[in-house]
Order: sequence, then C-alpha cells, then structure tokens
Amino acid sequence: MATGEFAAHAVHAHAAPTSWIRKYVFSLDHKVIGIQYFFLALTAVFVGMFLSLLMRIHLIWPAAALPLLGEIKPETYLTLLTMHGTIMVFFVLTTAPQGGFGNYFLPIQIGAPDMAFPVLNMLSFWVTALAFFVMIAAFFVVGGAPLHGWTGYPPLSALPSAGPGEGLGADLWVISIALFCLGALMSALNFITTTLDMRARGMTLMRMPLTCWAWFITAILGLLAFGVLLSAGILLLLDRNAGTSFFVPLVTINGQLTGHKGGSPLLWQHLFWFFGHPEVYIAILPAMGLCSQLLSVFSRKPIFGYKAMVYAMLSIGFLGFMVWGHHMFMSGMSPYTAFAFSVMTMAIGVPSAIKTFNWLGTIWRGHIRFTSPMLFALGFVSLFISGGISGPFLAQPVLDIPLHDTYFVVGHFHLIMGVASIFGIFGATYYWFPKMFGRMMSEGMARWHFFITLIGTYAIFMPMHYLGMAGHLRRYSQLTELNYLHGLVPLQTFMTYAAFITIAGQFIFLFNLFWSMKFGKKAADNPWEATTLEWTTATPPPHDNFGGHIPVVYNGPYEYSVPGAPRDFVMQTDPATVKAH
Amino acid sequence: MGLVLLVVIWLITFISAYFFIAKTWWLPVGASAAAAGIDHHFATTYVLMGIVFVAAQLSLGLFAWQYRERSATTPQAHYSHGNNTLEITWTVLTLILFVGLNFMSSSIWASERFRPAVSDAVQVEVTGMQFQWYFRYPGPDGKFGATKPQLQDPSGGGEAALGLDPADPTSKDDVVAGTMYVPVNREIDVILRAEDVIHSFFVPAMRFKQDAVPGLAIHMHFTPITTGDYEIACSQLCGLGHYKMHGILRVISQEDFDKWLTAREAEKQ
Repeated sequence: MATGEFAAHAVHAHAAPTSWIRKYVFSLDHKVIGIQYFFLALTAVFVGMFLSLLMRIHLIWPAAALPLLGEIKPETYLTLLTMHGTIMVFFVLTTAPQGGFGNYFLPIQIGAPDMAFPVLNMLSFWVTALAFFVMIAAFFVVGGAPLHGWTGYPPLSALPSAGPGEGLGADLWVISIALFCLGALMSALNFITTTLDMRARGMTLMRMPLTCWAWFITAILGLLAFGVLLSAGILLLLDRNAGTSFFVPLVTINGQLTGHKGGSPLLWQHLFWFFGHPEVYIAILPAMGLCSQLLSVFSRKPIFGYKAMVYAMLSIGFLGFMVWGHHMFMSGMSPYTAFAFSVMTMAIGVPSAIKTFNWLGTIWRGHIRFTSPMLFALGFVSLFISGGISGPFLAQPVLDIPLHDTYFVVGHFHLIMGVASIFGIFGATYYWFPKMFGRMMSEGMARWHFFITLIGTYAIFMPMHYLGMAGHLRRYSQLTELNYLHGLVPLQTFMTYAAFITIAGQFIFLFNLFWSMKFGKKAADNPWEATTLEWTTATPPPHDNFGGHIPVVYNGPYEYSVPGAPRDFVMQTDPATVKAH
Repeated sequence: MGLVLLVVIWLITFISAYFFIAKTWWLPVGASAAAAGIDHHFATTYVLMGIVFVAAQLSLGLFAWQYRERSATTPQAHYSHGNNTLEITWTVLTLILFVGLNFMSSSIWASERFRPAVSDAVQVEVTGMQFQWYFRYPGPDGKFGATKPQLQDPSGGGEAALGLDPADPTSKDDVVAGTMYVPVNREIDVILRAEDVIHSFFVPAMRFKQDAVPGLAIHMHFTPITTGDYEIACSQLCGLGHYKMHGILRVISQEDFDKWLTAREAEKQ
C-alpha cells in the first residue's frame, strides 16, 4: 500500500504557481481553494443573516418603511424566507465545513500534498461560486426571487402563474441549485478518492482524526444525495419550461387551466427529501467531527470511544438515507409507510445519543482549557442536545399532527442543523485560523462573541418550540389574520430583539477575523499543543504542505496525557509509539 | 471561565425548562375524540425527553466547571480511550427509550390513519385554492356531483369556484359553504382536494392536519366532541396569501346541523 501511495503522490504533485491569477483566483492548491470556499460561505452567511433580520423586522412591524427597501410586502417576506433557507443550507452549512475546512485540512491531516484531483477541485469551487451568483441574481430579475420556500414544493414552484417570483426568479433558483449539485458532486468524488488513496504511510483509517472521518462520510452522503437533487431539479426545469408534467397534475390557477396533467406533486417531495434528509447530516457531520477533535485537544484527554464515534457516524450516514419520509407524514403519503419511517428515524437518534455521551465522556476527568475553539465546541454540545431532544417528538407521526409545519420544527432544525453547525464553523475558524493565516485571533473578542451568540441563539430559537406547541404555523408573513396567533405576538417580539443582539454580536467575529489577519499575535507552529499532522508543518503550510517530505504516522490522533510521556501530548508522527491499549 | 459557562448553561436549561413545566404556552384545548390520546402521548414524550434534556445539560455545565484546568501543577487528565460497557449500556437504554416511545404512539396513529371512516360518517369535501377553503356537502342523495376544471371560476362564489357541473343530476342538491358546519359527536369523513397548489388543512383544536394535494382526493376522519367555533388554518406554504387562508369550523348539535343543511337546500331551489 505504501509504495502505491508514494507513486500517487508523484502523480499528483504540481509545481507552485507563479502568476497572481493562478495563485489566488484559479488556484489548484487545496489550501487556497479552501480559503475561497470559506470566504464564499462568509459572504453567503452575512447575506442570509441580513435576510433573516428583515424577516424578523417585518413580523413585528409589518408596515415599517425601511431605509432603501421601503415596506416589506407579505409576498416579499416569503421571498426572504425562501432565499434565507436556500442560501444558508447550500452556501453556508454545506460550503464552509466541507468545502472550506475540509478542503484545507483533509489533505494535511492525512499527510497528502494536495487533493487527489486538483483541477476538479478548482472546478468544483468555481461552479459553486457561479451557483451563488445565479442565486443572488434571482433578486434582481423581473418579478424578483421565488417565494416557494427552500423546499420548493410543486405545483407552486412549477407554475409561473402561481405567485410573484415564480417566473424567471424561480428558474434561476432551480438552475443555481442544479449548479451547486454539480459542484458538490465533483467535490465529493475528490474527498472520497483523497481519503482512500492519499494517506501517508502509517495513517491507517483507524488513525485518522475524526474530522477526516466526518469529511469522508459527508462526501459519500453528498455523492449519493446531490445526484438525486440534480435530477429532480432538471425535471422541475422541464416542467417549468418544456411543458412536461413530472410534478404537476391537472390544476387551475385562479380558474385558468395550466396545460399540465398527470404529474405527481409527491414525487418531488420524495426526491427532494431523499436528498434533503442526508443534507442535514452533510451539514452537521463535519461539525461533529470537529467538535470531537476540539473536546479531546482542549480536555487534554483521548476522545472517549474513538471506534464508537466512527461507527456512530457511519450508521448516521447509512440510516440517514432511510428516513426521508418523516418530512412527509402529513403529505398524503401512505400512512403505513409513516410507521416504517418513524421507526428508522427513532433508530437514528441512537448513534446521535452515543456521540453526545462520548463527548460528555471526553471532558469528564479532563483538564479543560477554555480557549475560544473549546468554548464553541462546548456550546455545540449544548445546542446539539437541545436541538436533538425535539427530534423524537417530530419523528412520531402522531405528534406531527399538532407540530408539523409549526415553529416547533423551525426551532428544532435551527438549533441542530443551523446553529450547532455554525458553532462547528466558528470553532473551526478559531482553531485553524493560526495555521491558515499565521496569527492568533483575539481571545477577548472571541469570548464576547461566544457568550452573545450562545445566549442569543437560545433566546431566538427556544421560544420557537413554545410557539409551535401553541400551533403557530411557519411561513406566515403576517400574524394578524388568525385569532389564536394574537396572544403569541409578545414572544415573537422578544425573539426579534434577541435577533438584533445576536446579529450585532456577529460583527465582533467579523472584525476579529480581519483585524487578527493583520494585527493578531504571531502564531507558533503548534499553538494549541495538538497532535495531528497540520501542527507538524510550518505556519502557514508551504505549497506542498510538508516542505518536500511526506510525514510518517506512528500514533492515533488523540494521545493526550499519556502516562510516562515527556509532555501531555504525543504527536502522530512521534516514533516513540504509544503502547497498544 | 468554567464557572461562567456552568452558570450560563444551567440558567439556559432552567429558564427553558420552566416555560415547558409551567405550560405558559401549550397545545390548544382539544375538542376532538383523538385529542386526549395525542396529548397524553405528547406529555409522555415530553416528560421523558425533558429529563434527558435537563440531565445532559446539567452534566455538561458541571463537567466544564469541575474538570477545568486549575493550574499547570495539578495532576494530568485521566488517560482513557473509553469504556465499552458504558457504550453498550447507553446504546441499549437509548434504543429502548426511542423505539419504545415509537411503539407506544403507533396505536394512536393506526386508529387515526389506518382505519377508514365509519359508514355513517358525515361527508364533507374540503377544497383548498389560493387562498380560500370551500366545504361541500353531498345533499340528500348522499352523492357528490361531478366537477370540471374547465368550469372553475373563483370569482363566481362557492359552486362556480369548485367548477360544479350543472349537467350532472347528482350535483343539483350539493351544498357549498365558506364555513365548515359539522354535527357534534359524529365522525366526519373529510375528503381533501386542492385545485391549484398544495394546501394543508389544519384545525389545531381538533388535532387534525392533512395536506390537500392537487390530483389526489384524500380521506381523513375526526370526531368533534365539543360544540363551538374553531379556527382552520392553511399549514402548507401556498403562495403570497398563505397567511390569510383561514376559515371557521362550526361544531353544532345534530339538530342545528340538520336545520342548517335544510335551509341551505331550500336556498338553492
């Protein structure tokens, strides 16, 4: 195996570029591409957050005239939520942890000079960036961006006459998602091949850091899921523009026949959620891997149950493809299938619980250093518990009767898929910033950022569960029509104020990021005293990652506080092998 | 820092749990035969999950504080790669809890959704269109008349909006209303349709929710047990007027229901 790997390295090696364009724009270097993905996601997250700010303002002050934007109309609110959801899920939660940090650190952590297919890597980034521009363009075309929600259920999403924004804006939305799928498929192939073929000598699968396992499993999920969404997107484009009827039966809009007949709206839902549920894990798995890493590093303790963590992630990935129907309990799908989907969904809670217990087991009897990445890792665990605990409610079809499509669902997925993943991204940023940019981020600003974000997100998303129990439906642009919503307005107001504070807190992060690039304290090569390969090389790493040699790995990734060792951590490359245990 | 984190996590836990326990916001009062069972199962799930939530968050806060790095001189962290007995224990316990909950709720789901409506149930066809609900009753002949999409005219009121075909004799006695009248303590056999996009018929007090899908006629039943007016909402995003697509379910005595239906029949003639 070892000789094969060295041969592979020789093939994949490419000389450092000299021109500015090849170095920073159309770069083949996975590190540059990783940073490009990171800044794409950073742009997207601030756009998505701004849209959510407008939504929160509109809910409380529907008639408010905003500077430049004027009054937000009810249909504009739906446009905002559609674009917020789409941008956040695709261009932030899928892009930053995998495309950004995965690209940068997977090759280094397994001891490879680059990804397996550098050109493909460059292509996947630029296709993703193009997808983002197409998505944003939807705001500026006639009719504006679509209002059909990020799930895009037809016939609403298939018929230009079904609502404002369902014309060209909706076409751009579908095209953007199709492009994104292409980019994600290319990236997934690259990650899988790199993990399987490019590991350094001694880097067995079971010596990989859990981050690498997470990126690897996420890539497999991406390969299987994005292909399905891509096909569904193409069918939807055909329905919209070529007169086909995959998803649209005989319907009338405002009494006018649409010319479609015989299609099935439920077919889209099956295809969409066959992608959509694994997508949840695509967003959260890298954060799980990263937080496992951080908890071990900063507790100065081996990860509790490494193998259990790997098997738990594998089973989450596997089961993740068998639970899509739990999004469809109220859809008109056969009620018998609901029972099967429900059992599988409850089963997927088991590996998730195993991971939570193992995280608690990791910090238990540890020696915790409260660095900024560690704070976000601990925050991640708290959010994962809170977001996870509402899962077993929604997994039961009986409880979906009162809860489906209410704010209870919105609270659930924001905590677990949104904010928990974002905490993973923040943790990763604070942790790897020194390696990427050669300087430390300010710990003081990071702490303010952490506490504002933790308390703020709980203040926004925990009340959503109360709203949902009271029957408050999601995607309602005004709260004036239903009488039973009137009593819930004070809670909505509270959430809007909490959102103001939380959003303001994010500018501390933004400032810290750019300020530290220029003025941060110079970082040592291994500032956190961690064991994995990225901390053995220079800061920032040279073009070929390890400066002309390939590291050899002797140890597992989590050898902290080994009895008898000279320091409280043993590098993976330290030949004084830790005794088998 | 460990102490600050402990205080913050514990406070978040206590405040969140307080509002759940105090039931400051809760499910609306149930008014259907199924509500008690659903609510009971909701409460069971919620107590069990609540215990897990509080226990997990409190230990997270506690461990963060208890195992903080006090100084460089304190003993090192405990060197351990885990414990298989513990892994197996919590795997089995979680499995029992989650799958157990699931089996407990399956009988309620079966009675709500597997069993068709009883034969003497009151039939009401519910049709959703942007952004209005229409309710159709078959009349004395017990049969719904044919509808044709070509005849649909939303501006012409209920019957025209549904595209009721006057050429079909069984359509003559069909009654279309904008408010849903039903008799109390009778099973209601709802036939859900949608003309344009997907809508969802949600009556919170009845613990009733089902999507209305174009191209499908979905049968679903419920039994109201308390008279009164209940709000109907659309719970599936259906376009710009989604938020104002609502209606009233009026549960009245059988006697009043018969009177109302007769009066509507008379109006038609």
